Amino acid sequence: MELKTSVSLAGVELKNPVMVASGTFGSGAEYSEFVDLNQLGAVVTKGVANVPWPGNPTPRIAETHGGMLNAIGLQNPGIDVFVERDIPFLQKYDTKVIVNVCGKTTEDYLEVVERLADEPVDMLEINISCPNVKEGGIAFGQDPKAVEAITKAVKAKAKQPVIMKLSPNVTDITVMAKAAEAGGADVLSLINTLTGMKIDINRQCFAIANKTGGMSGPAVKPIALRMVYQVANAVSVPIIGMGGISNAEDAMEFILAGATAVSIGTANFYNPYATVETVKGIEEYMRKHNCSDINELIGIVK
Amino acid sequence: MAKIKLTGKVLKQDMLMDGIYSMWIQAEEIASQSVPGQFISVYTRDGGKLLPRPISLCEIDKEAGALRIVYRVAGEGTKEFSSYQSGDPIEIMGPLGNGFPLKEKKAFLIGGGIGIPPMLELAKQLNCEKQMVLGYRDQLFLNEDFEKYGNVYVATEDGSSGTRGNVLDAIRENHLDAEIIYACGPTPMLRALKAYAAENGIECYISLEEKMACGIGACLACVCKSKDVDAHSHVHNKRICKDGPVFAAEEVEL
Repeated sequence: MELKTSVSLAGVELKNPVMVASGTFGSGAEYSEFVDLNQLGAVVTKGVANVPWPGNPTPRIAETHGGMLNAIGLQNPGIDVFVERDIPFLQKYDTKVIVNVCGKTTEDYLEVVERLADEPVDMLEINISCPNVKEGGIAFGQDPKAVEAITKAVKAKAKQPVIMKLSPNVTDITVMAKAAEAGGADVLSLINTLTGMKIDINRQCFAIANKTGGMSGPAVKPIALRMVYQVANAVSVPIIGMGGISNAEDAMEFILAGATAVSIGTANFYNPYATVETVKGIEEYMRKHNCSDINELIGIVK
Repeated sequence: MAKIKLTGKVLKQDMLMDGIYSMWIQAEEIASQSVPGQFISVYTRDGGKLLPRPISLCEIDKEAGALRIVYRVAGEGTKEFSSYQSGDPIEIMGPLGNGFPLKEKKAFLIGGGIGIPPMLELAKQLNCEKQMVLGYRDQLFLNEDFEKYGNVYVATEDGSSGTRGNVLDAIRENHLDAEIIYACGPTPMLRALKAYAAENGIECYISLEEKMACGIGACLACVCKSKDVDAHSHVHNKRICKDGPVFAAEEVEL
């Protein structure tokens, strides 16, 4: 049986629905020692700002049951180095390039978006949901008016389709999703990490220096899946689902719930082959269920 | 050849002392590429504990395709490893990190506590006059393994063996000197050695540790403060898993 695994996000054709979650994969160089990046639907880069960001003090991570907390703090080299080094690296591969953009002010975001206008980048993902940076990111992501405003501002300057990455740390994520859609978002991605905490009872201190961190990994999957389902039924733009996806079975849950594409995040840390294994596993699932086109499975569980 | 994650086989496991274990692992593809000072990520079988435990290589046997790790049971993950028997499978990734530079200069190999194991393979491979200075709280482990490679000087906090005090006390008490220091151990020890090396104009390499997630330089969890701008992010954060774990002492702030 001929399998059609390609999916379309705002006119960008991905060879398969498997991509990586921003911040778990760098710009792909480190993982290219383990997986063939040509086999991925897209590589989503770690967040890049207008200038280099040093990130948070260490320890930046802690293990939790079935997951982890991180508060890296968006350490990144800034757009200049990124354009010079990371984009040419990704250009060597036959995969779509999605650049995650972070900022502290609207101007910061726009500066990066404008710098990328003429670069060989397929899509932009706007991070308005990092829970670990006080000034930026999340400040935009928890207020529907701010979500709509930043989306509009980015859309006015962006030359590529815009993905807005939503925070789960809100009362009703569909309100934020609708606000992003109203602002002109082409695609939504969700979820970013859930704010959490761990205390070291022997040292009687916080396990990570930032006190709180973003929780990710298999333990958050049911919450992420529920939110993807809710958002898929609230908006008409396509959704990239993520949150604890480790394998093809997890990925299929998100696709059946309404995600057009899926991202592997924390799983990369404990299985560097997770992305390509998921690609293969989705094909096996399609054969087993006698499905020739992955698009026929998106959102069919109502 | 490149880094690889594979299922190795436990060849032998021994308890060296209460809470300190020695494990030989069959893993040809990793052993064939490994150098002293590198480490492996070891994964538990417990689905609730996802992140690997970074553990330094104590010995590398390229002929047998085997690696030795000597580790301390620090929590549930390492407790699980300590229960493994000969023949059991073990998930590992490696070789990770940069390793020690091998220079032909009169050397101190200094290990403190669970920082002692990586100095053993270094002692085997260094071709120079070697003085091993090993710091313990009280009970000794691995010290006899070092004896065939040079003079071994021991310091214990309680004075039960060797010099009472720390590794620098042992160096002073024995009137030792060297042109280069290789060291791994707790941060206060490394900080003191960095200062000692600077005062005496001695070249000094130290191996650092930090909580890690990916182990390969992608997640930016395990950074340390560096004097110069780092190559990855152009800030002052070197990645211990990728740019290290071995750094020239003057390169990092402790």
